[in-house]
Amino acid sequence: MNLRAETMEHIDATIPRYPHKRSAVMPLLHAVQRDQGYISNEAIAWVAGKLGLEPVNVYEVVTFYPFFRQAPIGRRHIRLCRTLSCALCGGFGIAEVLEEAFECRMGETAPDGSATLEWAECLASCDKGPVLMLDDDLHENLTEEGVRELARTIRAENAEGSDSSMTGNNS
Amino acid sequence: MATITIDGQSYEADPSANLLQAALTLGFDLPYFCWHPALGSVGACRQCAVRQYRDEEDTTGQIVMACMVPVADGLRCSIVEPEAAEFRAEVIEWLMSNHPHDCPVCDEGGECHLQDMTVMTGHCKRRFRFPKRTFRNQYLGPFINHEMNRCIQCYRCVRFYGDYAGGSDLVAMAAHNHVYFGRHEEGILENEFSGNLVEICPTGVFTDKTLKHHYSRKWDMVSSPSVCSHCAVGCNTIASTRYGSVRRILNRYHHDINGYFLCDRGRFGYTFTDAADRLRRPLLHPDRERDVETVAEPAEAMKRIREIFSEATGVAGIGSPRASLESNYALRNLVGSGRFSSGLPRIEHDATTALLEAMRNAPDGPGSLRDAERADAVLILGEDPNNTAPRLALALRQSVRNEPIRADAGSRIPRWHDRAIRDFVQDRKGPLFIAWPASTRLDDLAAGTHRAAPDEIARLGFAVAHAIDPQSPAVTDLDDSASDLASRIARALKEADRPMVVSGTALRSPAIIAAAAATVHALRRTGSGGSSFLAVAPEANTIGDAMLEGAPLETLEQQLESGEVDTLVILENDIYRRLPAPATDRIISKARRIIALDSIATATTNRADVVLPAGSFAESDGTFVNHEGRAQRFFQPLPPAGDVLEAWRWIGRIAAETGTSKQNEWDRLDRVLTALARDCPELAPARDAAPDAAFRANGQRFPRAPRRFSGRTSILSHLSVHEPKPPEDSDSPLSFTMEGHSGQPPAALVSHYWSPGWNSSQALNKFQSEVAGPARGGDPGARLIPGNGPNERPSTAIPAPVPDDDQTLLAVPCYEVFGSDELSARAPAVAERIPKPYVALAPTDAEHHGLDSGDSLNLLIGELRVSAPVRLDPKLPPGLCGIPAGMPGWSVPHLPARASVVT
Amino acid sequence: MAISEQRVILKHVDEPGYDPGIECYVRHGGYETLRKAVGMQPEEICRGVEVSEVRGRGGAGFPAGMKWKFLDRKSGKPIYLICNADESEPGTFKDRQIMHKDPHQLIEGMMVSAFAIQAALAFIYIREEMPQAARILEAAIDEARARGFVGEDILGSGYSCEIVVHRGAAAYICGEETGLIESLEGKRAYPRIKPPYFPAALGLYQCPTIVNNVETLCHVKHVVAIGGEAFARTGSPGNTGTRIWCVSGHVQRPGYYEFECGALTLGEMIHDVCGGVHPGRSLKAVIPGGSSAKILRADERFTGKLKDGTEFDWGLNDIPLDFDSLMACGSMSGSGGIIVMDDRVDMVEALANINAFYSHESCGQCTPCREGSLWMKKITKRMAEGGARTEDTDLLLSIGDQIAGRTICAFGEACAWPTQSFVSKFRDEFLAKASEDSGKRKGLRLV
Repeated sequence: MNLRAETMEHIDATIPRYPHKRSAVMPLLHAVQRDQGYISNEAIAWVAGKLGLEPVNVYEVVTFYPFFRQAPIGRRHIRLCRTLSCALCGGFGIAEVLEEAFECRMGETAPDGSATLEWAECLASCDKGPVLMLDDDLHENLTEEGVRELARTIRAENAEGSDSSMTGNNS
Repeated sequence: MATITIDGQSYEADPSANLLQAALTLGFDLPYFCWHPALGSVGACRQCAVRQYRDEEDTTGQIVMACMVPVADGLRCSIVEPEAAEFRAEVIEWLMSNHPHDCPVCDEGGECHLQDMTVMTGHCKRRFRFPKRTFRNQYLGPFINHEMNRCIQCYRCVRFYGDYAGGSDLVAMAAHNHVYFGRHEEGILENEFSGNLVEICPTGVFTDKTLKHHYSRKWDMVSSPSVCSHCAVGCNTIASTRYGSVRRILNRYHHDINGYFLCDRGRFGYTFTDAADRLRRPLLHPDRERDVETVAEPAEAMKRIREIFSEATGVAGIGSPRASLESNYALRNLVGSGRFSSGLPRIEHDATTALLEAMRNAPDGPGSLRDAERADAVLILGEDPNNTAPRLALALRQSVRNEPIRADAGSRIPRWHDRAIRDFVQDRKGPLFIAWPASTRLDDLAAGTHRAAPDEIARLGFAVAHAIDPQSPAVTDLDDSASDLASRIARALKEADRPMVVSGTALRSPAIIAAAAATVHALRRTGSGGSSFLAVAPEANTIGDAMLEGAPLETLEQQLESGEVDTLVILENDIYRRLPAPATDRIISKARRIIALDSIATATTNRADVVLPAGSFAESDGTFVNHEGRAQRFFQPLPPAGDVLEAWRWIGRIAAETGTSKQNEWDRLDRVLTALARDCPELAPARDAAPDAAFRANGQRFPRAPRRFSGRTSILSHLSVHEPKPPEDSDSPLSFTMEGHSGQPPAALVSHYWSPGWNSSQALNKFQSEVAGPARGGDPGARLIPGNGPNERPSTAIPAPVPDDDQTLLAVPCYEVFGSDELSARAPAVAERIPKPYVALAPTDAEHHGLDSGDSLNLLIGELRVSAPVRLDPKLPPGLCGIPAGMPGWSVPHLPARASVVT
Repeated sequence: MAISEQRVILKHVDEPGYDPGIECYVRHGGYETLRKAVGMQPEEICRGVEVSEVRGRGGAGFPAGMKWKFLDRKSGKPIYLICNADESEPGTFKDRQIMHKDPHQLIEGMMVSAFAIQAALAFIYIREEMPQAARILEAAIDEARARGFVGEDILGSGYSCEIVVHRGAAAYICGEETGLIESLEGKRAYPRIKPPYFPAALGLYQCPTIVNNVETLCHVKHVVAIGGEAFARTGSPGNTGTRIWCVSGHVQRPGYYEFECGALTLGEMIHDVCGGVHPGRSLKAVIPGGSSAKILRADERFTGKLKDGTEFDWGLNDIPLDFDSLMACGSMSGSGGIIVMDDRVDMVEALANINAFYSHESCGQCTPCREGSLWMKKITKRMAEGGARTEDTDLLLSIGDQIAGRTICAFGEACAWPTQSFVSKFRDEFLAKASEDSGKRKGLRLV
């Protein structure tokens, strides 16, 4: 496995924090996914070896939890809340805007690879709906114009191959 | 017993059971899926709902899952209560919502638990108006077919495969409505018990791929009770046939032996009966040295045999551990006990004799698989059960949970609560120690392993005996690690309630067996109750053959040498698999004439003057004596066709033809058994292994064909439109048709599991005295070896330490579940799983000889040259090399032996 | 705002200048309660929590003191404390505020609780969708450790306990405490069967384990600070302390509001605190305790008897916001997530939205919710989109009725209650949708 040094360091620090090694399955998968963008079969075998498990024990965990993915996604990960409070505040309208802006359906990756659109279940910020997560960052009180602007920025950055990431809360 | 009330009636029930088990035992039809008598309860399917009431006053009660309710005095419940019944039907409706309803093209159709339960709950009207969920199927190897769309997510498959059988390549994946049961990628299911998925799966997700190649419905197959012929465990099976060939093997429950499960060798090895190299006609070889053979009529063959006998100066018989007791005995009777050989070379013969001696001397007699499953400390001395007695390995796998559960008796979790028990036990394992030269597939359970040469394994065993009881002689010059391990093993065995020592002939070492016996006796002397000795033998009738006390093959060679004997009758034995080819060639060439009887063509039958086609298990009635000395009868599912006859019947005809004996004594199985009982008192109980041919119920025979058998009048219509007379059976109380007694036969005669409303093999519940208990009327078979009490002292010859030897390697036999057994290796599906020939080598030795994994290694073992690729086994101690035994076309017999590397 | 909040847990949250750093927390008196706690006998703290009658804020409202009392202390096995920060019930966002804005309050609450139950190790199981909160907590734990509030020999008491932050991976079922434990053990989050699995006896690694919600653990700190008896006098009898209510949906001022239990009614919350529905709109229905709670109609009358025997006859606006009153009205306060719907809302669409959530989150272990939740989702979706049949309304209800109470864990109820209540309370709307012609509808807002 070709993991970054800090990922390896993080993994080695994480395992001994648990009384039983098996508990470190999810933290390790998180670390690997963050490092590589997704969890490959090689990574599954590697994590299993690291924790003294059979690869299937890791595989059954990877496939159970929706957040773990087994294929690469777009450059940015956009997760729009689908659940009731956000929907009541126009979440599905935002979805249409996103689909139009990225030229792909929810659940797909934009043709330019700039982002993958996904639905998320309740992001626990219901008073500021609609909300979405752009990678690790929450964007609240979304408006259609705001989302169009966000999409433009993401696509422009992607075209430039720029590395600057969007952070903060644009609410 | 507890008194419980079901629908207003009171019943006695076992308080260690759950309500579902109790209700089924009492004969109620309560549907279920995720529960399995051997796997316990997990409460996942919610199918067995009943209404439970607190007391007599309580009229509302609540819906509970019967599999999750412990039986207790005063328990009140209703099965028929409408809301509970409605809920059970609703569960079926849910499960059926995505089920493809493809019963007409499903192999499970007609014996499907899901069909049965659907009918039982009364669900019949579809309200789900949506497209069904679909999955992609996987290729899972030659044994199992996968059809995921039929899945109802009961989780039984993964619970059996992973939790019970220790397999690691079948899991539940994904979540919610898309849970998928399979491998993480396509490929062969690795575990050697995968075939049980066929019976574990309540519907048609996992089906028998070998059956698929020649499919027939359950109700169209003629079946008989049989006994597996692929190792000495003697698992009880049901062999089913149609159009004159065996179509599949199913498990036949035996409480003390196989319970609910078979190994894949036993389940899928049956197609050797239909292989191209089956012998079906008598053959003559006018010139043994040349490969010319002519097919002969039986009368012609008999005439030739009469000539041979009349010209012979002396006739000797070579028996076989894979031939029935009756056939071996008939042969011994034909040639006389002084000229009867067990068919084993001295090296195997001596080990087998030692094993039989240890079994006779075992305080409580030899242990059973059920004893193994209940043991709470186990020492395996010189055996590799996964490969030599696979079903035993499955039993031992269960045993390691006993000690942790016993140690935490305070938790009071009932044994049937599988989810709770497994989570409770977690990774803790009771003591299981393995002494074997190489790694084994039970190593993941082992508390300690000792990987060493056979003599060192024996020395460890004697050291354990000494550590338990100082009266047992001490072992000198034992190294520290072995000595520590011996004390750990001794402590674990002494502390156990049910200690067990497993040993056998795999390493052909009488010393190992003596050490195992010494350990058992030491335990008994120091007051450990229930100490048990479990004997492992290689072939279906190794023990029965040994009990006839024939001589080793080498004795026969001397008799040929001296001229006392010039003619051989070889019974179902390929002696090229027993001795190195040069030695076998010497025996063959010294014999002026050879008569061979076998069901398959072998290197030995190819060199016989006359070959007679003997029945396999599928065309024969007979008795095998299993590893615990239990005589078990198998019955032919197929009427003998063509010229094939049971070997004992051929031998009877030879006796009559040559005037050696009166024919009428030998034409019926019961007469052979009567003569056997007269000649060999120890074997006399074998007669009672099953009811005799005259046994009837209400004057009726027991049908081999199910009552719904179809095509009886048309099955042969391409040959003749006249329905032929059904075949007669003079050897058993079974009939070949569907006519006869419609009730349950005695357990030894059960040909199919069926009960009204229960078309799947789960109808078995109705054939047991209680669910998961003994068969109604007792389990079949007759124990021949009762045990000898605590007094007998076993032999105590402790071998010397194995000296260092830089020049040679010690070649030891190792075993393959698929490959080491002669018969199953001829079944195409099993053949696909046989590994390529190899020699296992320790990495240090490989390096020493400049070899890497896969490189070709040439060895000289005695006069035999062996060449095979190297397989590195880091667990193998330096100085040893492992050679797989009995591989088809690549047999290296007569190990252990010194081997030198040839460059 | 006509009624002013009674903030205890959120006292400093949103105060100008208040930050999540430890300096700020300590300046505001932080960790004094922990100092007090480690000077007490652990049993004394447990007794205080019991006397306080503080109830779990995660959803079920089980008294925390009683849960602690079930703890098997004789087993000799290590005891674990788990903070359930898998805040996933739709409509709930209170724990997020605490973790983002006042993480040390949670850590102090946890350490007080850990000391009280003599935990060997504590975990925070936080949902994957809150990565920043996880980072904030990790940083806060490091700060607290540096000052001796967490880790070895806490405040010189001789007691040691670490906190491990463990991130989930987007599975709602991990909010169920035994599912959470399985997940923390590194397995698929299949809830365990009770009995025998009461975590207090057989929890994480089969050791005695206490699982409490974020807000509950913060309350423990306040119980110890003011004493159990004093705490019991706040709120209303049997419904002690404050609660954080999360209001979302069609109100003018959605947000989180902390009040003593029973201090105000649902009507006051919606109309006075949150400013009511938007101008020109009227209130149609309210889900009072997260999306699994049974829905309440705006024009419904609720009658019956409370636990203490008093009879009540309330309109929606009259229901006191506490545990027992909402339960008496056939719903629950659950996780405190109040979702308000005005007259624009199509109830079929709303239920379809909720059902999509639960069918996606069913773990797949037992039949009723695995198969039933998906079926309910499919039916409601089709009702919303067009193509349903009249009998589908009763079919929905019959599926829901068969699920509730018959599953391994409480998810069965969670996924059945919305269907049961929506269909029975808005039956006409469902029948109308189901019997309309089957042409594909456009312009759906919630599915």
